[in-house]
Amino acid sequence: MKPTPTRVAIAIGLVALLAAPYVAYPVLVMKVLCFALFACAFNLLLGFTGLLSFGHAAYFGAAAYAAGYAMARVGLPPEAGLLLGTAAGAALGAVFGALAIRRQGIYFAMVTLALAQMVYFFCLQVPFTGGEDGLQGVPRGRLFGLLDLSNDHRLYYVVLAIFLGGVWFIHRVVHSPFGQVLTAIRENEARAVSLGYKIERYKLLAFVLSAGLSGLAGATKTLVLGFATLSDVQWQTSGEVVLMTLVGGVGTVLGPAVGAAFIVTLQNELADKVGPWITVIMGAIFVVCVLLFRRGMVGELMSFIGSSQAVRGK
Amino acid sequence: MNEIFGIPIDAFLSQLLLGLVNGSFYAVLSLGLAVIFGLLNVVNFAHGAFYMFGAYAAWIGLSYFGVSYWWSLLFAPLAVGALGVAVERSLLRWLYRLDPLYGLLLTFGVALMLEGIFRHFFGVSGQPYPVPEALAGATDLGFMVLPNYRAWVVLASVTVCVATWAIIERTRLGSRVRAATENRALTQALGINVPVIVMLTYGFGTALAGFAGVLAAPVIQVTPLMGSNLIIVVFAVVVIGGMGSILGSIATGLGLGVIEGLTKVFYPEASNTVVFVIMALVLLIRPAGLFGREA
Repeated sequence: MKPTPTRVAIAIGLVALLAAPYVAYPVLVMKVLCFALFACAFNLLLGFTGLLSFGHAAYFGAAAYAAGYAMARVGLPPEAGLLLGTAAGAALGAVFGALAIRRQGIYFAMVTLALAQMVYFFCLQVPFTGGEDGLQGVPRGRLFGLLDLSNDHRLYYVVLAIFLGGVWFIHRVVHSPFGQVLTAIRENEARAVSLGYKIERYKLLAFVLSAGLSGLAGATKTLVLGFATLSDVQWQTSGEVVLMTLVGGVGTVLGPAVGAAFIVTLQNELADKVGPWITVIMGAIFVVCVLLFRRGMVGELMSFIGSSQAVRGK
Repeated sequence: MNEIFGIPIDAFLSQLLLGLVNGSFYAVLSLGLAVIFGLLNVVNFAHGAFYMFGAYAAWIGLSYFGVSYWWSLLFAPLAVGALGVAVERSLLRWLYRLDPLYGLLLTFGVALMLEGIFRHFFGVSGQPYPVPEALAGATDLGFMVLPNYRAWVVLASVTVCVATWAIIERTRLGSRVRAATENRALTQALGINVPVIVMLTYGFGTALAGFAGVLAAPVIQVTPLMGSNLIIVVFAVVVIGGMGSILGSIATGLGLGVIEGLTKVFYPEASNTVVFVIMALVLLIRPAGLFGREA
């Protein structure tokens, strides 16, 4: 294999991820990985299908609750919790996706946001989510009955495997014939229709995949942090995942992961120091990204590498 | 007759009126969203934040400077509209050539910033705003006791909505706005200053939100989050009604407020979600919305 800049970057990234728990606080890195997977899943819709969902917290949060309930109240092992969470996200995504794809463009964003708010109120009122307190004290348990996950380092490599698996899956989806059709829908929906594609089916499947992977991310988050709360389902979380994707690079496979690392680290660093100003800072990053920086970090970097290669090619 | 479906009739009517009050806010806000979207092609996520700003402007005016409710009703929308104009001139106008999604994201960022600033200065707890003296008390109509202020909110909102409709449909200025909405380049070619019209339209739409905020201040607690909680419901209202018709958005707003109020009487647990459920039903039966022109 020729060492292209992308491959070198991926190799460096992998080494960094393997070493990360020995350098940084493992729980923080695991949280970053969960949100990174969440953002990559979200980007499957926004970046590769051109659909802006403003309600992805619903799938993330519903899965966080489903996994938490399964592990803490029913006493199921972690692998069952993760599976149930993913299934909950995908099932909810199938229902909401079928409704939302009936409208296009800007209405799609409003519909998904409104449906997610419905889930929020549902979670606020039903007894099994614990209301304002959330589901606390979710045990990590033993993976497949063998691997004790209470050790942070051991859990880290499980979470890393989930993250890499998820990203690899997204990469394969994007570069499959199915992914090509999604890109065609993003670029020119009318033409995709005229070529005979049943675009509703493609959009719905993309939506379900994205919601299911968001669910996997949410369930993993519950496993890592040991709780699921209302903040997992509220609209601010939906906004955050949009921001992560935008900062990292819409339409790049790894950009959202970089964006998630940036935003989660920033929030973690600033949370105690600036209080409510954190919201102002997030808002300002949104504004700056939309105005000046629409390709995001990875997008800008790739276009820079691309242009320098083009120069050398001459 | 003191009961209706087993509910005391005065409780029923008072929830109905509360529903109308909420519906008035839905109507004014969705109207502003529709006017802005029509001309700028921007879904103004900051609309809720401007509404919150209007309520705080009234509260700050009263608590720090002794500005009465009636002057607030004039000045707060002007202040909000001025901020709206500043946002349009400094930020939004760079995005008109892009996908409308970017307008949504930008105004979402603006909303976060406004909310964070108000949270920093005033905390998250609600601030009470007294009902103005002239509207305090209630009128006994015989079959129910009507709180004067709530009646005023409905009356003022409907008046403002109808006035907006009249300005857009019946005046020369309105015909220019409609022309620019229809075909921007051609309107500009006819010598009409479209960028100024766009700027004023955004200012006007946000001022409407500020006006609703002042109206809301005495009815609900003034908090930094009052806007974003409302705007999501208003989005659902807009999806149900469609943004094509002004009178349609007024009717949808009021109607959904009433339905929400009635749900509070009969099945309180669902009152938070009933608008979203109706939205889902409308999407199933009439995907373009009740008054929508979108295919």
